[in-house]
Amino acid sequence: MLVNEATKNAAPDTAPFEPKIVAFCCNWCSYAGADGAGTARKHYPANVKIIKVPCSGRVNPLFVLRAFQKGADGVILCGCHPGDCHYMTGNYYTRRRLTLLMGMLDYLGVARDRLRVAWVSASEGARFAEVMNGFTAHIASLGENVKLRDMRCRK
Amino acid sequence: MTGTGPKTDLCNTGRLTPEKEADLTAQLLELADTDVKRCIQCGRCTANCPMAQHMDLVPSRMMWELKNGRASVVLAAASPWDCLSCFACETRCPRGLNPAGVMEAARLLSIRPAGAPVLTAEEVAELDPGMPQQAIVAAYRKFSK
Amino acid sequence: MQKIGVFVCWCGSNIAATVDVARVVAAAQGIPGVAFAADYRYMCSEQGQQLIADAVRQYGLNRIVVCSCSPRMHEKTFRTCAERCGVNPYQVEIANIREQCAWILKDREQATQKAVALLKAAVAKVQLDTPLQPGESAVVKRALVLGGGIAGIETALDIADAGYPVDIVEKEPSIGGKMAQLDKTFPTLDCSACILTPKMVDAAQHPNIRIFTYSEVEAVRGFVGQFEADIRKKARSVKADICSGCGICTTKCPSRQAGSEFDAGLRKRGAIYIPFAQAIPKVPVIDRAHCLRFQTGKCGVCSLVCPNKAIDYTQQDEIVTEQYGAIVLATGFDLLDLQHFGDLGWGRSKDIITSLQLERLTNAGGPTEGHLVCPSTGRQPKQVVIVSCVGSRDTSGRGKTYCSKICCMYNAKHAMYIREKYPDTDVTVFYIDVRTPGKGFDEFQRRAVEEYGVHYIRGLVGKVDVHRDGTLHLTASDLNSGRQLEMEPDLIVLAAAVTASPDARKVAGLVTASIDNDGFYVEAHPKLRPVESPTAGVFLSGMCQGPKDIPETVSQAGAAAVKAIGLLSKDKLLTNPCTAWCNETVCSGCRSCVQVCPYGAIEAVEKTVVTLEGKKEQRSVAVVNEALCQGCGACTVACPSGAMDLKGFSNQEIMAEVDALCW
Repeated sequence: MLVNEATKNAAPDTAPFEPKIVAFCCNWCSYAGADGAGTARKHYPANVKIIKVPCSGRVNPLFVLRAFQKGADGVILCGCHPGDCHYMTGNYYTRRRLTLLMGMLDYLGVARDRLRVAWVSASEGARFAEVMNGFTAHIASLGENVKLRDMRCRK
Repeated sequence: MTGTGPKTDLCNTGRLTPEKEADLTAQLLELADTDVKRCIQCGRCTANCPMAQHMDLVPSRMMWELKNGRASVVLAAASPWDCLSCFACETRCPRGLNPAGVMEAARLLSIRPAGAPVLTAEEVAELDPGMPQQAIVAAYRKFSK
Repeated sequence: MQKIGVFVCWCGSNIAATVDVARVVAAAQGIPGVAFAADYRYMCSEQGQQLIADAVRQYGLNRIVVCSCSPRMHEKTFRTCAERCGVNPYQVEIANIREQCAWILKDREQATQKAVALLKAAVAKVQLDTPLQPGESAVVKRALVLGGGIAGIETALDIADAGYPVDIVEKEPSIGGKMAQLDKTFPTLDCSACILTPKMVDAAQHPNIRIFTYSEVEAVRGFVGQFEADIRKKARSVKADICSGCGICTTKCPSRQAGSEFDAGLRKRGAIYIPFAQAIPKVPVIDRAHCLRFQTGKCGVCSLVCPNKAIDYTQQDEIVTEQYGAIVLATGFDLLDLQHFGDLGWGRSKDIITSLQLERLTNAGGPTEGHLVCPSTGRQPKQVVIVSCVGSRDTSGRGKTYCSKICCMYNAKHAMYIREKYPDTDVTVFYIDVRTPGKGFDEFQRRAVEEYGVHYIRGLVGKVDVHRDGTLHLTASDLNSGRQLEMEPDLIVLAAAVTASPDARKVAGLVTASIDNDGFYVEAHPKLRPVESPTAGVFLSGMCQGPKDIPETVSQAGAAAVKAIGLLSKDKLLTNPCTAWCNETVCSGCRSCVQVCPYGAIEAVEKTVVTLEGKKEQRSVAVVNEALCQGCGACTVACPSGAMDLKGFSNQEIMAEVDALCW
């Protein structure tokens, strides 16, 4: 499903804005949840591209900044629900770390809601698709991310 | 008052084209705002309905007809006019559906094309004083859209 | 020099129908470093793997990217394949173009573009993959079974028979679980106790089995092959070694406040009690919350009457710590609390009972010695109504969304044996659907109708009113005939939904097993690994994984046992080589990593290190114990100097993926 099919139909001469979204998914819950979304044929936009990490706690804030720098319009981080972390405490660190990072994004002038943290368990395929649909629609409404972008990355 | 709904051409059906039937069903379902596909035909709505024994189309049958896309059958039935809007069906439905809402939608769909409300506030006063309070409220609710 | 081979799988039509595999191959051929790219109908098949092996030989490939299904499905397959043809298995990457492209997208163009993007990310990562060698860790040859119901007993017996010691931990005072409470079992109608109690005795007498009853696991540490558990043996207040199990104390106890758990609350029990006659161990336990001695300090009857002086009011909880190689979860099930079903009369009349209470009422060992009576009057009911799906298939939030699976069969069973014992009692079953898949199951249910004259009425009971004189008034609708029904039955049996044990959530936290929204444990793969938890070394047995009947529970228990035996039979396990490592040159010895590591795998050690300037220097640096490290990567992010990195998911690799996806 194209995020902005409507825009496309309305103005066929301008290429529609297709946000670039990077999703970091932990191996145990959210990546399995993404598989679940696939298995259940729950549609979510092609804009979302998943990077598998062992645990949401593996995601260095630098990865998020790097994504924004390289041209991502939104970054979403998915992990196990609090208390369910395969590594016991990883997602607690993520929660705190990403809260701080959001403050920093504000400071940098990047809308903090370009970064989202969502808990998706291995059994929540439908929820995964729902979260991704919601996030993509939201990023599409925010438009292109220009702050922080390395202009040399422009094609 | 049982079964005395306004007869519009919408109600006089059963001979609709498939397209018109689908359109009518879609309209009814949009108004009812309940996902009839989730109905598992357990019959608790009918079992709970205080009016079920007087109805020509009991709530569970109504859900069944709608699930199969036959809104005309629902609109042709007298049941929506028999419904007390007591919402016992909704309260006890294990699937969280709202048959009373469907009844209400069916009434709306009949009354709206017919024009003005069937019952006005003045007329309510003239209703049988022996009638239970709930029936009077339900009647006003039903006939004045 | 890097020579990457890209292999694009069609997965029959699963991928090829939506993703243009030829274009993915063409795109791969344009990526620098890719020496070979090909597609095949089923890459995981023998022919597909042969294709990979041939390409590796012909083109001298040293890194492999497979565009296929989820790595959770076939990563292992392709890694093994790579190893066979001389490529390090950790230089294989999977681009998940089935679950993440073909199955979620309809538009061929979009799916193909996304597949190419994922391919590029995988190639970017594989270029940075370093060859890794798994280490080895020892396996403790002992299993822990959590739960002593039929599932736990069966699993423990199977493991013990294979020659490995097993510990069963059961929170109740006796093993036996729910099956011990049942009267008869479907579809054979044989007595539940007669087939269960011999198993309980076998377990108790087995030289390889230790049973911890009235005990709970408090903490689990370690990992597959080397778990360590703390088991809290709650104080029974009875010395188990000298108690003869005579039961005099239980008959003399003056406190009769507590409802018997075993009799589903239909009978009161003493504060000191043995749950049932065939309990194992047959040692009473004092329920301190109801014991007068513990509450008021003014009793002590049990101690006086005990011929062996086995009562010990000062007994304390005891913690046993033991090592295990494998853990089997068999925490069983519970029935839904019917508090939200007041409209069916629950809680308003003693004559409205659950199916489990009916089991106790018809059981010869039950409170009425097997005489079916109305609990309120003590008289035999003339009309019994059984209501199916109470709280099952319920999406309104009052119950559970799933089908509880066993109710249709036990309803038929209950109806049948009521009719058999009391031919003058009328039995009516209200149902939505009768679901009886299983060997001999449908025949069984038909027998209830055809031979025993049980009335089956399609349509659920609407409501039950309890009159002031205690009579029950039921309203229902017969959907097949369209008639409204009013009945005044003497006894109403509610087939309450099955729920996961409330302890499952706690246990899941202890062993980091995943549970689903309903509290059942999630299996590693719903079809191919149904008795394993995603957590290595943790297996699932019985109802804790989802509703199932006794034969299914027993088969799953056996399957879980075999999986556990397979693990215990290994002397060494290969460990995950994707562990953290410390670049000592830049490590500042700040110990941030030591603090965040959930496994205690990192310690700061005084070492001679070579600094960036090439000087030798004695200072504290982090050292990772690879046997303990589970590869979560928490340390890599906590490290302020960037010295910590994770093999297989290095900072560079993830950055390369980010770059590839964003470009």
